[in-house]
Amino acid sequence: MLEASEFRVAIVGSGPSGFYAAEALFKSGAVAVDMFDRLPTPFGLVRGGVAPDHPKIKTVSAVFNRIAKLPGFRFFGNVEIGSSIGVDDLRQHYHAVIFACGAERDLRLGVAGEDLPGSHTATEFVGWYNGHPDYRERSFDLSKEVAVIIGQGNVAADVCRILATPVDDLKKTDIADHALEQLATSRIRDIYLIGRRGPAQAKFALAELRELGSIRDCNAIVDPRDLKLGAVCSVESVDQAHESIARNLAIFRDFSNRPLLHRKSIWFRFFQSPSAVLGGSRVRALQVTRCRLDGEPFKQLAIADGTVTDLECGIVFRSIGYRGSPIEGVPFDPHRGIFPNVEGRICDGYSVQRGLYAVGWIKRGPSGTIGVNRADSCATVASLLADKAHLAALEKPHSRNLQYLLNERGCRPVSYDEWLRIDTAEIDAGRARGKPREKFTRIENLLSAAGIASHAR
Amino acid sequence: MPVVVTDNCLRCRFTECVTVCPVACFHGDETMLYVEADECIECAACVSVCPVHAIYDVIDLPDDKKQWQAINAERAPALPVIDTKQTELPTAEARRLELGFR
Repeated sequence: MLEASEFRVAIVGSGPSGFYAAEALFKSGAVAVDMFDRLPTPFGLVRGGVAPDHPKIKTVSAVFNRIAKLPGFRFFGNVEIGSSIGVDDLRQHYHAVIFACGAERDLRLGVAGEDLPGSHTATEFVGWYNGHPDYRERSFDLSKEVAVIIGQGNVAADVCRILATPVDDLKKTDIADHALEQLATSRIRDIYLIGRRGPAQAKFALAELRELGSIRDCNAIVDPRDLKLGAVCSVESVDQAHESIARNLAIFRDFSNRPLLHRKSIWFRFFQSPSAVLGGSRVRALQVTRCRLDGEPFKQLAIADGTVTDLECGIVFRSIGYRGSPIEGVPFDPHRGIFPNVEGRICDGYSVQRGLYAVGWIKRGPSGTIGVNRADSCATVASLLADKAHLAALEKPHSRNLQYLLNERGCRPVSYDEWLRIDTAEIDAGRARGKPREKFTRIENLLSAAGIASHAR
Repeated sequence: MPVVVTDNCLRCRFTECVTVCPVACFHGDETMLYVEADECIECAACVSVCPVHAIYDVIDLPDDKKQWQAINAERAPALPVIDTKQTELPTAEARRLELGFR
């Protein structure tokens, strides 16, 4: 049991930035950390975002397991902050609250037809194949031969790989079974990756781009005309601080020289701005407008003033970035989709919200891989520790009564030990199917795997 | 593939890499850092933050730096983990300019 005199911190969200914040707090000395997640399971995008065919990245969860075993750490899964427990409740129980709740909503294109059946967000698709309970009941019409993905970043690459990879290869991953079943019936043969700007601006990381050219039985096609760089792009491509541009271009050049050997193809389409999703009862085509680039090196914008074409397709995914969602009681910047902050201290205009902090994507926006969040969380925790003496002096009269509050609100939290039971049960279920894990994809199944009886939920 | 630290780290040791490594797989001595390949999860976060481009994915290692894979494998396990930013070596700025990085 926690001592009333302890310095108590709540972390909202159990993805990488939350765990790295906990780690940094424990390194600073004696603290008690309670971590909340709305799902019964921890690890955020490591569980629900990282693609099933990237198992090596997922092994980072071993680091989180070690942090979770440190004395003073408690996990409260299945507790949503902002609904059952409010931010004000947390402020009464804890000296500080760190928001690590990520950026869960997709950016919108803002074009006509965006919400037609057959037009999806990458988030839905990624959540679906990764077994996220929110997306369990989605279905995707994979019966037409052409799919279009809008965006040229790593999430677009993930969506593309899952669509293009032979199901026999996916079977050996921890991809959700319901997704595997639907993907097995897929007739998709051509996948277009659409970007408004050119190959020098594509956001794919090197390894992710390379992978798109090494999928079994699948071509990766780049039009060599798109690789003739303009003067400004040439400047960008030799810039020492942006070495990755030259490396990506070399890969695109390789793709553009390959013979077409396979029935399935990934087409990289550059300088195309989506201007409308077309169709009656469902998606029939994506209308794109040819763009040119304008501006200084690294600040070039796509100006859509060229030829308009209709790209016939059966399904569209948009993968153009994310934004965070507001939580009642926390200032929100609706333009950037983040909690406004200065060095991690959450602010409302010029006024610092005492005891409220942000880490990860909800702090700085949706960019940076897992490790980038470690440095970012350490920076916020440094701000918090600078405020510690001041925060620790505040009385937290309700600090011992969290369990009482949870009971009163009808919450049945999932502890870390209970999560480990889910973990073991999933690994066992996977073994039977030759997979590293078979995720439970419905809340009730997760809770029963945790050993929580249905009347106690 | 895992990453490898090469000779550009010598006399620099800026240690930006260790702040973004999700699994703390950098080990080091007084002269430079090395990666424990078995611990690296291949996220490549460190590659782009090194001010002197000392870190490569194994498959991107230039021919004249290939020996560093074996050197990392040999030295990393015996050295302590470095997981917080260290002060760079006094020679770091001069070395950065010498290597042609701004």
